[in-house]
Parts: sequence; structure tokens; C-alpha cells
Amino acid sequence: MRRLAATSLLAVAGCNAHQSALAPFGEEADDTLTLTIVLAIGALILASGVAVLAWRAARSPKGAISHEGGMKLVLWLGAVGPAVILTVLLLFALPAMRPMSAAPGDLRIRVEGEQFWWRVRYDPAGEAPLTAANEIRVPVGRTVVFDLTATDVIHSFWIPGLAGKMDMIPGRTNRLVVRARKAGIYRGVCTEFCGLSHALMAFDVIAMEPAAFDAWLADARRASDGNEADAGGAAAFAAHGCGACHAIRGTAHDARIGPDLSRFGERRTLGAGILQPTIENTAAFIRDPHRFKPGARMPAYKSMAPADAEAIARYLKGLP
Amino acid sequence: MTNRRPRLYERLRVTLWTLIVPPTLWAGHFLFSYLWAAISCAKAGEFATFPWLFVAGTVIALLLIALAGWVAWHQARIPGDAPPHQDSTGVDRLRFIAKSTLLLAGLSFVAVLYTALPVVFLGDCR
Repeated sequence: MRRLAATSLLAVAGCNAHQSALAPFGEEADDTLTLTIVLAIGALILASGVAVLAWRAARSPKGAISHEGGMKLVLWLGAVGPAVILTVLLLFALPAMRPMSAAPGDLRIRVEGEQFWWRVRYDPAGEAPLTAANEIRVPVGRTVVFDLTATDVIHSFWIPGLAGKMDMIPGRTNRLVVRARKAGIYRGVCTEFCGLSHALMAFDVIAMEPAAFDAWLADARRASDGNEADAGGAAAFAAHGCGACHAIRGTAHDARIGPDLSRFGERRTLGAGILQPTIENTAAFIRDPHRFKPGARMPAYKSMAPADAEAIARYLKGLP
Repeated sequence: MTNRRPRLYERLRVTLWTLIVPPTLWAGHFLFSYLWAAISCAKAGEFATFPWLFVAGTVIALLLIALAGWVAWHQARIPGDAPPHQDSTGVDRLRFIAKSTLLLAGLSFVAVLYTALPVVFLGDCR
């Protein structure tokens, strides 16, 4: 029955299992979906019951319902019944609102919302942190603590399939504890209007098996992530001053203003979840980011030779 | 007829003001809950394992609402004219207001319980 209900809800969601609270892959989102199904079925039963009663009352002959009987109906169905139903619902929903607990050794991921991208830092217990951007990987079955904040305006962090949303407020760190249940590729979004490109501020979420995640983290932390094979692209990157804002691990570029571009080649999207990361799109984005992202802080490089933009794009795409 | 002293609920005057006692107690408890939670979070960062101040405030609110309901229940049962108690006589007015107060007391009692329940389930300030 539950599976049937979940499947039909999935159909309603337009089969978007990528970014939907109706297609959960985390514990909290699972609980929320269960609550939604219970509420929907309960509301349907109640509404049908009231409709049947109203139909019967309208059809019964005058005088068939006594004043006393009517008052009793009002008392039980109008006051006592709703109070009992609401109490049961409250007792059912309150434990689900209880934040998940986290242990000191759990993986922490710090995410900062910025106009209009996500600064990500993995902080595994006892190991050096790892910086990334616009893509978040989580290990399935392990508790993950998100430390959420913002640097400019209020943003909100929401991975619908994983958990509820949480505001990112400048000067304050909010904690969101999650646990993924199913490996897969999902999507998160900003859910607090934060400026012109608010609707273009998304990110990919990759839930990985724990062993694969550990391997990825170890691999990503290697010192030399630079794409040394592409000397021309690297030179163009340096010559146009990209390194004044962006960092690439294993190179001399370590600025923290814009998104970290290390391992750009493995990202699933470009521009915080909005474009396919092809060489053409990347080159076009470098020359005119505002065409894709109005209000973005990155300056346009319209005077850059298209060949240079393409060389940089190819270089970035080649970052392991 | 005996010359007994009138009972408490007979001595109390019933006015429109008594009608707002239960909802006012609920509102007071609601404000108290918010203040208590805000102060707990600001000073301790979490709710106490046994939040005695909150429990005491909730018990007092529930007792006072129950008392108002008890008085109203007795007053609503004072005999008088036949139903439906809608004439402009003193006893009808009394029973109407008493019945309304009784219903509001029931609602306020449940509302105070609902306001208090989250403290049982939620312990931290996230």
C-alpha cells in the first residue's frame, strides 16, 4: 500500500527523482514522505466521511434528526474528534522533528552560500580539510553534519530528497545532520531569494557507497591536482589572471574569492548546477558569465580571444 | 429550602470578563513558553533535562483553566427556564456565558497541552 502510494506520488512529481521530496534518498526525507502520505490518506478519509454525513443529513426527512442528537454530533465530531486526531498527529510528527544526533567523529561538511554559488569544505575528523565548490558528495549510511553559513546575504540550503531546508545566515552557523540511505545523483537548490540569479543557484549531490567515498576523498586530497599536460591552457589561465579569484590545488593559484576549480573535470555541471560542463559552455561562460548568470560577481572577459577561452576551458576540463 | 452558605461557584459573579479567563491563561502560557525557550537557548543552549520552571508554569496554567472550567460547569447547570436558554433573563444569560466559558476552558486546556508538548520531544535549540 505504501509502495503504491509512493509510486503514484512519484508519478505526480513528473518522475523527477533527481530533485524531489517525493523521491527521498535520506532518512529525514523518508520520514517527511511518510508523514505526507499519512496526512493525505487521513484527510481523504475525513473529507469523505464528512461528505457522506452531509449527504445523509441533507436527504433525511425533516424531524428525523433530533436536536439532542445533533448537539452530540457537534460535540463528538466537532470538538472531541478533532482534538484527538490533532493530538495523535502531534505525537506522530513531533518525534520526526527531533534533529538527528551527531557524534564528534562524524564527517562535517561546511557549505557557504554566496551569490550565486556554494563554497564547500569537507572536514573529516582528524584529517586535513578539502575545499570544493558547487558539488557535494556524501557517504551512504554515515551521519554527515552540514555546517551552513553565508557570506553576503541569506541563502537557504535544500536537498529535497535528503532532508528539510535550512537557512544560511551571514555571521551564524546552522547545523543540519543528515544520513543518506541510497546511492545516486541528486540535486539541491537555494530556497531563499538571494538576488538576480537565485533561481540559477543549484548544486549536484552525489551519494556514494562509503568505500567509494573514502577513495574519492583520498584521491581528491592528493597534492598535485593540476593538469600539467596542458601547458598552453595553464599559461592562459595564469595570463588572464583567473588565479586572482580561483584556486586549483597543486598549482600556485590559491585565491579564495571565487569557486575552487580543483577537479573541475569531474563536476557534473557548470555555473552551480545550470549548464552542461562542455568545453564550449565553459569557454562561453568565461567570456560572458552574465549571459548565463545575471548578477554574478565574476567579471566578463569579452575581450578575451575565443581561442584563449577555449584553451582555459580545455585546461579546466582536464583537471582530474 | 435550607439556609446554607452559597457555594463558591454560586457566590462568584458571572460577567463577560470571566469568559476571557481561560483564553487569557492560554495566551499567557504561550508567551511564557516562548520566553522560557528563548532564555533557555540564550543562556544554556539547550533545554534542561527536567525543565521544572516550564513544568510548573504549565501545571499552574492547566490548574487555573481547570478551575475556571469547573466553576463554569457548575454555573451552567443552575436550573432555570427550559431550553434553548436564549431569553434575556438573568439565569439564561448566566447559563449562556457559563457554557461558553466551559467550552473555551476545554479549548484552552488542549491548547496549553499542545504548546507544552514540543518540550517533551525537542531538547536542543537548533
